[in-house]
Amino acid sequence: MISKISESVATALADVSHGATIMVGGFGGAGMPNELIDGLLEQGASDLTIVANNAGNAEFGLAALLKAGRVRKVICSFPRQIDSYVFDGLYRAGRIELELVPQGNLAERIRAAGAGIGGFFTKVGFGTELAKHNGVTKETREINGEMYVLESPIHADVALIKAERGDRWGNLTYRMTARNFGPVMAMAAKTTIASVHEICELGDIDPEHVITPGIFVQRVVKIPRAATVASGVKSP
Amino acid sequence: MSYVKLTREQLAARVARDIPEGAYVNLGIGLPTMVANHFAPGFEVFLQSENGLLGMGPAPSKADEDYDLINAGKQPVTLLPGGSFFHSADSFAMMRAGHLDIAVLGALQVAANGDLANWHTGGKDDIPAVGGAMDLAVGAKQTWVMMEHLTKNGESKLVERCSYPITGLGCVTRIYTDLAVIDVSKDGFSVVDVVDGLSQNALEALSGVRLR
Repeated sequence: MISKISESVATALADVSHGATIMVGGFGGAGMPNELIDGLLEQGASDLTIVANNAGNAEFGLAALLKAGRVRKVICSFPRQIDSYVFDGLYRAGRIELELVPQGNLAERIRAAGAGIGGFFTKVGFGTELAKHNGVTKETREINGEMYVLESPIHADVALIKAERGDRWGNLTYRMTARNFGPVMAMAAKTTIASVHEICELGDIDPEHVITPGIFVQRVVKIPRAATVASGVKSP
Repeated sequence: MSYVKLTREQLAARVARDIPEGAYVNLGIGLPTMVANHFAPGFEVFLQSENGLLGMGPAPSKADEDYDLINAGKQPVTLLPGGSFFHSADSFAMMRAGHLDIAVLGALQVAANGDLANWHTGGKDDIPAVGGAMDLAVGAKQTWVMMEHLTKNGESKLVERCSYPITGLGCVTRIYTDLAVIDVSKDGFSVVDVVDGLSQNALEALSGVRLR
């Protein structure tokens, strides 16, 4: 019998290696897999590259990982937050590398990796500082009279995502805007680890409602629903 | 001659007035978010939010807040009947490929050629953050800017050429400020309307750029 269910967060994360590229789902608090990030902090992997929309809030989750010096580079669209002082301090001190990516390019580069696409041309970012990589302008092309920039896929070793329900084959559903980057990150990583609030029997998720089919998911771990916090889910 | 600037609420109402029923609209974070409060009851506009929802409704009461249902500014919102959720790549497909009729964005500067600057001051210690601004600037059918006309130091945000890093080239078609509504075309800025008591000449003097 195939089961992708992990006993615990620690088991699910046991083989994450130093130097790994790790995608972390979430937009603000919605879909942020805080329990998995805490597990990663505990697990000890370092020299990590993090791919996420934001770069951490206050001193929990991603910010705690940054504060512990585990992260070498962040690839994200919106690091500046009202409470992103951990990232801000590291960035100003030159102790963390930032690759800032327009959010749609981030989503599409991740999707491209998951779909086996070697690169794509987009109008977004053309003529801006973000159409440069390490100071060099990326390849551009005129298509039907408009200018496009060549963007490359972003692959990852591990994706940490937060879903709502999952089964032992790895099928997932999400909850409202907590879906955000989860489905595309699941496609783009060699190992996708999803936290869920409910593990259900095969068939309990209506096949018409499966959002991430199990082929994109390697491990599923159940976590308790978080207590009420400004960036989390209200307790039922 | 004296004039009174529009309040933020009045400005939001002014922008809302120009959005046609049935439009698919993305309201940027900050000031543009306030536009949502100024549609008449029963007037149907489809609000899209980059974090994966279409058919966004008003803010919930404190008791009904749910932080899995937030807008791009990470504030709790509601979903209208008929609304939908989707992942980030689908959300940005909507934003990048002309599916949205109007994007309303804040700005640091708008240039006479329609260039927009709103993601970074370029200062050494400033943390850059772009989010979905470049996607919307380039990808919506129309990009409107909603901003205060002058900075806190009294400098005009309308400029001949942006000095801040660019968000999108030649993308802005209309600007709503607390002093005026201004169209942007290949011929530069042209004034649509001005607050009472402010002449076009006085507006031009404040703006420091040529206004037709």
